[in-house]
Amino acid sequence: MSDYVRQLPHHGSKDMARRPSAAMRFHIDVPLLLLLLALTVYGLLVLYSASGQSVEAVIRQGRYLALAYLIMIAGAQVSLQRYARWAPWVYVTGVALLVAVVLVGVGAKGAQRWLQIGTFRFQPGEIMKIAVPLVTAWFLAGRVLPPRFFVVLGAMLLLGLPAGLIAIQPDLGTALLIAASGLFVLFMAGMGWRYIFGAMALAAAAAWPMWMYGLKEYQKQRILTMINPESDKLGAGWNIMQSKTAIGSGGWDGKGWMQSTQSRLDFLPESHTDFIIAVLAEEHGLQGVILLMGIYFLILLRGFWIGVHAQTSFGRMMAGSITLTFFVYIFVNMGMVTGLLPVVGVPLPLVSAGGTAAVTLLAGFGILMAISTEKRTVVT
Amino acid sequence: MLPQFDLKDLQLESRIYGRRTLVAIGLVVFLLGAILMRYYSLQITEYETYRTQSERNRVQLQPIPPRRGLIYDRAGVLLADNSPSYILSVVRERVEDLDTALAELQELVPISEGDLENFRKKLKRSRPYEAVPLRFRLNEEERARLAVNRFRLPGVVVEAQLLRYYPHGELFSHALGYVGRINEQEAQELDETDYRGTFHVGKVGVEKFYEDMLHGQVGYQNVESNAHGRVLRVLERFAPAPGKDLTLFLDYRVQRAAFDALGGRRGAVVAIDPRTGGVLALVSTPGFDTNLFVNGISSGDYAALRDSLDVPLFNRAIQGTYPPGSTIKPFMAMAGLKSGLVTPESTVADPGWYTLPGDSRRYRDWILRVRGTGHAARVNMKLAISESCDVYFYDLARRLTIDRMAEYLSPFGFGARTNIDTTNERAGVLPSTRWKREAMGQSWYPGETLSAGIGQGYMLASPLQLAVATTVMASKGQRRVPRLVMAVNGEPLPVPALEPLVAPAADWAAVFDGMREVVHGRGGTAKALAKGITYQMAGKTGTAQVIGIPQNSVYTEANVAERHRHHGLFIAFAPIEDPTIAVAIIVENGGGSAAASPIARAVIDTWLEVEPG
Repeated sequence: MSDYVRQLPHHGSKDMARRPSAAMRFHIDVPLLLLLLALTVYGLLVLYSASGQSVEAVIRQGRYLALAYLIMIAGAQVSLQRYARWAPWVYVTGVALLVAVVLVGVGAKGAQRWLQIGTFRFQPGEIMKIAVPLVTAWFLAGRVLPPRFFVVLGAMLLLGLPAGLIAIQPDLGTALLIAASGLFVLFMAGMGWRYIFGAMALAAAAAWPMWMYGLKEYQKQRILTMINPESDKLGAGWNIMQSKTAIGSGGWDGKGWMQSTQSRLDFLPESHTDFIIAVLAEEHGLQGVILLMGIYFLILLRGFWIGVHAQTSFGRMMAGSITLTFFVYIFVNMGMVTGLLPVVGVPLPLVSAGGTAAVTLLAGFGILMAISTEKRTVVT
Repeated sequence: MLPQFDLKDLQLESRIYGRRTLVAIGLVVFLLGAILMRYYSLQITEYETYRTQSERNRVQLQPIPPRRGLIYDRAGVLLADNSPSYILSVVRERVEDLDTALAELQELVPISEGDLENFRKKLKRSRPYEAVPLRFRLNEEERARLAVNRFRLPGVVVEAQLLRYYPHGELFSHALGYVGRINEQEAQELDETDYRGTFHVGKVGVEKFYEDMLHGQVGYQNVESNAHGRVLRVLERFAPAPGKDLTLFLDYRVQRAAFDALGGRRGAVVAIDPRTGGVLALVSTPGFDTNLFVNGISSGDYAALRDSLDVPLFNRAIQGTYPPGSTIKPFMAMAGLKSGLVTPESTVADPGWYTLPGDSRRYRDWILRVRGTGHAARVNMKLAISESCDVYFYDLARRLTIDRMAEYLSPFGFGARTNIDTTNERAGVLPSTRWKREAMGQSWYPGETLSAGIGQGYMLASPLQLAVATTVMASKGQRRVPRLVMAVNGEPLPVPALEPLVAPAADWAAVFDGMREVVHGRGGTAKALAKGITYQMAGKTGTAQVIGIPQNSVYTEANVAERHRHHGLFIAFAPIEDPTIAVAIIVENGGGSAAASPIARAVIDTWLEVEPG
């Protein structure tokens, strides 16, 4: 029987008798949307100050965000079956583009990340941030869960290939995010703990040869700088020392909006992008940080809630992966700015200036909304 | 996938997912808590520390640029110095309103549009506590005016910095190159940390090639400063490592002799010591005052240099490629001997012209116009070199064929870069059938082989390449990469040696004999040089056509515009028994080799006085 027939009112299901709400019809998860909007407004306020009170910068970011929200809402209208059907094709295209980057990509400062078509440049790595969890979830959804050894191995190959291609660009930050997004799918699918701990042990054992032969000099430098920022005062350590001073001097209640002295545009070269939390912390103090983390935490909780209530294992795994990947952005960015983690160029989600990250993140939330508003087709 | 479907336990999956979600939430809470603790410790526990640090009266880090390495000639004459110069700079974070401050400064000292543009570009890349240069080379009066007004100009700094100074200006312009202000593209390529506080970088020549050594390493100091940016106390200081000093093979006196002998004409001189491969002189005239470039040349000065018909910015010695003309003949003679096609004794009939079999076109010898006959009934190698007989080499070239000619001439360095330690070198052309097919998409004509045999046609070589070829000749086949820099901080640099060109001693002796006759023989084409000479010199004259001469007309110097006159060339080495110098000279539109050969005498005389063997 087709989905269409099952939904006809005269079948008598109580659920179906009620007219679906407008939000359901347009596939909008209202709590999630409100939280995202709150975050966006907060982010634009901080950006206005961080960019040196540049209305222009705020409008530019606003335009990116508008586009990102449109993409999110459009993405929410697509059915999950369709996502699952598209997954392998998007994935194969993405991998092909990544191979193209290795062969004919353009880059700057030693890294080759972009493909250029005419005047249009883009990073295929961004597509993979969506494509990898999709294809991993598609791969696992039809199989017996928790996944058995060879299934885990297959999924690892699926996510390892693009991650490896991006790591050699080299763009370690994106590679780790992509690998993590796939691993989260496996984790949520119930991959056995012995595999998880085994992989962790393997990673720890691989760390030494990786350090010796795998990492580029600048990547090592970042890790060393994190351990001891004083070692490179004029170079990489400078940002961290400056951002720590900015954050610390904010205190509990901050210096007030647009009152920051340490982290203005002039001080931190990245103050409106990756290091924007320094401006927030300096101007709004610890209470501002707590407010931000509160919004983030509620978004994460909503994401988990959507996952638990999803109809299919595909939807469940996707919801879990999207939510946890979002968390990784938050954790890595807030950690690196305070010197807890190496500086790997991960933006603060929906607060840092930049269009690409906003689009990728909200495209993920579009899928989350599609999961949340999926029609209840399975009668239990 | 379908066959497995019935094995799926949907309820189990859902239960596992629920458990995993709880684990995930636990992890999230734990890690967010850790982050929050970090912010707590920075913002609450260590608040006082960081607040103090952010106060205006604070500690800051200042880069100390290293001193750029000096450049000396072989005898210790200073060629590139650093001289103190007063710089006006602005510290962004100390200035209340930048535009007002700039307007006020403009009333005190002249600041050009170019200065302002450079300043704004540099400002964007700098940190706010750094002094960004606005005006270089302040004079006494400007400094006084700024000092008087200093109290009302917070953030404006006048300080002395060492700037490149070239005491000999034009004389060494093409040998040394110059430094200039770092431009935007260079700023992206240079190491950001290492060039903090440095405003200049080597742009061309030795200054660019040895940039890594000359630059040194940046140092820094931690200083406590007051609200006006005045340094109160130096807390700690890490001294910069100064750049390394270079000692060149160049000799000031030889360079000067070559420059003076060129006498303002357009031309180039390259002299090399065959024993070391070291370049003793590298002159290209006209040159230009390199000091103009150190602080950003004014657009008027630059336009004058760029648009001059004499192209002073063009380094003729290494970038200029010319047909070598008859100076190729000694090398052709070696090719003939090596190939076995000729011996020192074998002769060629010389009626004054040459024809290809089955072709009526007459390839004339230059002597035909002078004497109406050939050089002699039969010409041997010695005579062919000393009187520069074209027919002899037409015949040799035809029998050798163009491709084997290329094969035998390339060990002398023709057609390839010499890999000298400076920038912008060009490789010239050593033609072959393959070269013509690739470069022009045409096949080779037999007549072109004859032209190539006397160094005309497609063949092109720079004065440096000619000097290197002469060096290989003078040292009887020893091949070395030519070098400008002899030592770094007093430590000699190795001179890379290449695989030698092996030939029997008798072959070298035969060619040397011909080249000696050029200068010392009765009929030598440069016999005027022998007057009053106290040593034995080997040489070869050459003339390069600038315009083609039609088959049946005659080149008459008086009828030809100055810029269409022939280039005069000359190569030489001395003393012939144990050569210590090899030179190549070109005088553009000199009319003929007589314009070039006296320069060789002047250069070699000077060198033999400096180093009498």
